[in-house]
Amino acid sequence: MKRTIMLGVMSALLFASFGFLPPAEGYQPGDKAMAFKFRNKDGQMVTLRDNASAKGYIIVFTCNTCPVAQAYEQRVLDLDKQFASKGYPVIAINPNDSGRSWGDSYEDMKERAKDKKYTFPYLVDANQELAKTYGARHTPTVYVIQRQGNDFIVRFTGAIDNNMEDGSQASKKYVEAAVRALLENKPVATPTSKAIGCSIKWKNG
Amino acid sequence: MIFYKKLWLSLLVMTAPGCFAQHVRVIKYNQLNQLLSTKNDTILIVNFWATWCKPCIEELPYFEKLQARHARDKVKVLLVSLDFKSQLEKKVKPFLSKTGISTSQVVLLDETDPGLWMEKVATDWSGALPFTLFIHRKKGRKDYERPFTLAELETELRSFIK
Repeated sequence: MKRTIMLGVMSALLFASFGFLPPAEGYQPGDKAMAFKFRNKDGQMVTLRDNASAKGYIIVFTCNTCPVAQAYEQRVLDLDKQFASKGYPVIAINPNDSGRSWGDSYEDMKERAKDKKYTFPYLVDANQELAKTYGARHTPTVYVIQRQGNDFIVRFTGAIDNNMEDGSQASKKYVEAAVRALLENKPVATPTSKAIGCSIKWKNG
Repeated sequence: MIFYKKLWLSLLVMTAPGCFAQHVRVIKYNQLNQLLSTKNDTILIVNFWATWCKPCIEELPYFEKLQARHARDKVKVLLVSLDFKSQLEKKVKPFLSKTGISTSQVVLLDETDPGLWMEKVATDWSGALPFTLFIHRKKGRKDYERPFTLAELETELRSFIK
């Protein structure tokens, strides 16, 4: 009897903490990444595999509202400009629960993508499944994935560079270096990096 | 005479806000590291925040309250702003005076590269804000990458006080 009560309390505690506990571990370099489907700008459902010219992708978990994401926005555009034609296009994903994060609704996202002339898809992670599976905990967070046969392998996770206020002052450009290495068939020298960001606004419950 | 009176008054007016304004020391990681080591029985609560982080500014007053409530339990709060140094006068100080944060120690960590110091603070910190540490000389460190309510802070603190 006592045991049952204990179990009841335990599960109640677990349940209660789901609301703000960040997801466990997530992807590390070397892991196989989930190849998700999304609607492209022509309205068709496509998967990561469908783009035959892509050797991989620069996946950026970002949003409209986080000042750090805003500070990096131009750098994300620059990455796409620099690497899309070489086979590593950007895909931006907004994982924030728009109910908890004012300014991150689908309409707001469409407006921002238009205003800032996004050259890449900007997707809603409606059930937050992508952020949880990949293991993103804050915006912005980048995953560079590389095609290997039918799969995509994570080659880099982390920050774009090491100076969030001013990219021109950054002494380490992590994502750029990672993609360059992959394009030259070299191992990525710095496969993870850390950065400050805004915690993802998880759905409650 | 009237002129001097006016001068005196204007001086008063000019300096008065300075008396109440929260002092914010701008520090580097080495100095932060020193602040994170406690010698006596103090329970040190360190909260990493920024004015641009919404959940941070919502919970910040709770830390101030917690310190006031538990002054006798040797609870000390250190608020570490991760705002850019250029925002100190523009954003950080006005925010502190607006919210009436005056008893907690506030510092601004002036480090541009998180790769150089974040791992040293806590290896499992992803970089999301807010981030809070409880530090006690004997009971060790506990870290939390999540926002708190005042009641939740009390609960966490209880395990350190006992």
